[in-house]
Amino acid sequence: MLKHTPFHDFHVALGARMVDFAGWEMPIVYRGIIDEHEQTRKSGSLFDVSHMGRLHFTGHDAQKFLDLVLTRNVGQQKVGQSRYSLVCNESGGILDDVIVSKTRHHWLVVCNASNRDKLVRHFADLLRANYRGADDLDFDMSDQTESTAMVAIQGPKVIDRVSELLPVDVRSLKRYGFEEDEIMMTPFTVFRSGYTGEDGVELILPAKAAPLAGKLLAGKDHDGATIRPAGLGARDTLRLEAAMPLYGHELNETTDPISAGLAWAVDLTKEFLGAEKIREVAAAGPKRELVGLELEGRRIARQGTPVMKDAAVVGEVTSGTFSPTLQKSIALAYVDSHLSGEGTQLAADLKGTPNPAKVVKLPFYKRQ
Amino acid sequence: MADAPKDLRYLQTHEWHRLEGDTVTIGITQIAADELTDITFVDLPKVGTPVTANGRFGEIESVKATSDLYSGVSGTVSAVNADLANEPGLVNRDPYKGGWMIKVKASSPGEFEKLLPVDEYLKKSGH
Repeated sequence: MLKHTPFHDFHVALGARMVDFAGWEMPIVYRGIIDEHEQTRKSGSLFDVSHMGRLHFTGHDAQKFLDLVLTRNVGQQKVGQSRYSLVCNESGGILDDVIVSKTRHHWLVVCNASNRDKLVRHFADLLRANYRGADDLDFDMSDQTESTAMVAIQGPKVIDRVSELLPVDVRSLKRYGFEEDEIMMTPFTVFRSGYTGEDGVELILPAKAAPLAGKLLAGKDHDGATIRPAGLGARDTLRLEAAMPLYGHELNETTDPISAGLAWAVDLTKEFLGAEKIREVAAAGPKRELVGLELEGRRIARQGTPVMKDAAVVGEVTSGTFSPTLQKSIALAYVDSHLSGEGTQLAADLKGTPNPAKVVKLPFYKRQ
Repeated sequence: MADAPKDLRYLQTHEWHRLEGDTVTIGITQIAADELTDITFVDLPKVGTPVTANGRFGEIESVKATSDLYSGVSGTVSAVNADLANEPGLVNRDPYKGGWMIKVKASSPGEFEKLLPVDEYLKKSGH
């Protein structure tokens, strides 16, 4: 039995095609992936991201615990700030990538839907093993995923539109800043963040307020509407153009943050699970690095496609698509570090046929 | 409720076939095009290439997936829809007309009659 988000009826009413995503029945597409992609780049789209995990940490030592398990130094975070961070295992492999937010009363960790159970187990295991005294810390974790809803509203016209609807000065919110407020006794949190390469916001609200919010934001859907619903299909092509990593593709338990190009999200001066191994990689330099590839022609190099230099396999594609904005075949791939320089000529092995590909600067797309 | 034209014959793998004289035109159904989502590339054979019944003649690629294309009849490719090279989205917008893929000069036109009529296609493809 697949789980339904509080927006399920909204998706069905708008004719979305629903698919199983990490145990949730989610909209993959409403009108067309490219249509929804372009709507996001030109105007605005509403994405249901309620399936993502929302874990609350409260108590005197919550920050200390988070500092043991997260790669970023959360002690430097101020109330009203969110930060991208990683959770690693002892070998420095990535267990999940998360957004950590500090509110007045608690910490919020937003994690991938596919990793939510794993993360909760991981934290429990660390307490049981009393990792660096974790079990002696005074804090509580509660999983708020199913009592709340979350939407991402993304696109160049979103900030103006959302400013009209919410009693919050969204325009003055900094990137990765957030604010908590309420409308008619309904509490909500608005974050200036997203996963599309566009400006926009993400909203967390009580599950029971979701149907009304859906109607308000994109309920009267029609051609030319400022904000239209978009599915997971467009979310994937948008994040790939913006070169944002996706867990299960660019990130997994055997990939370390340095190889993934995420050194900026790791504070190697503090102690956290995995730090020792990650320091070793940072000192020696990664063997393989994540790069952007631009392929000749229209063929797509999908996850698992070997990357070749002459006759030798020198890497592997982690994500690929035909970029709707650039009208080019693009891919993210891990390649041997000495071949990761911009302009390096490589090839994607498409079922035995080498398709020329060159290393290009990331992100593929950057908003004006 | 999914539907498809009644005057065409089908393979369970979603290819439609239209018979005119001894020439069979082949494309994919709207159901398949919708499932694939936005089509970004169609790899088709050259004119003169032989095809066999239930044999692969090409490949279709969308934002989401890559699939093989099958012919329901044997013969030789007599025409290829060149428009699809620049405008693969025609397969999504107009799969039964502008989005046709190849014409096959059939070596045994009787094979056409053995292909699935629309109701069987819809049943077998789960629609």
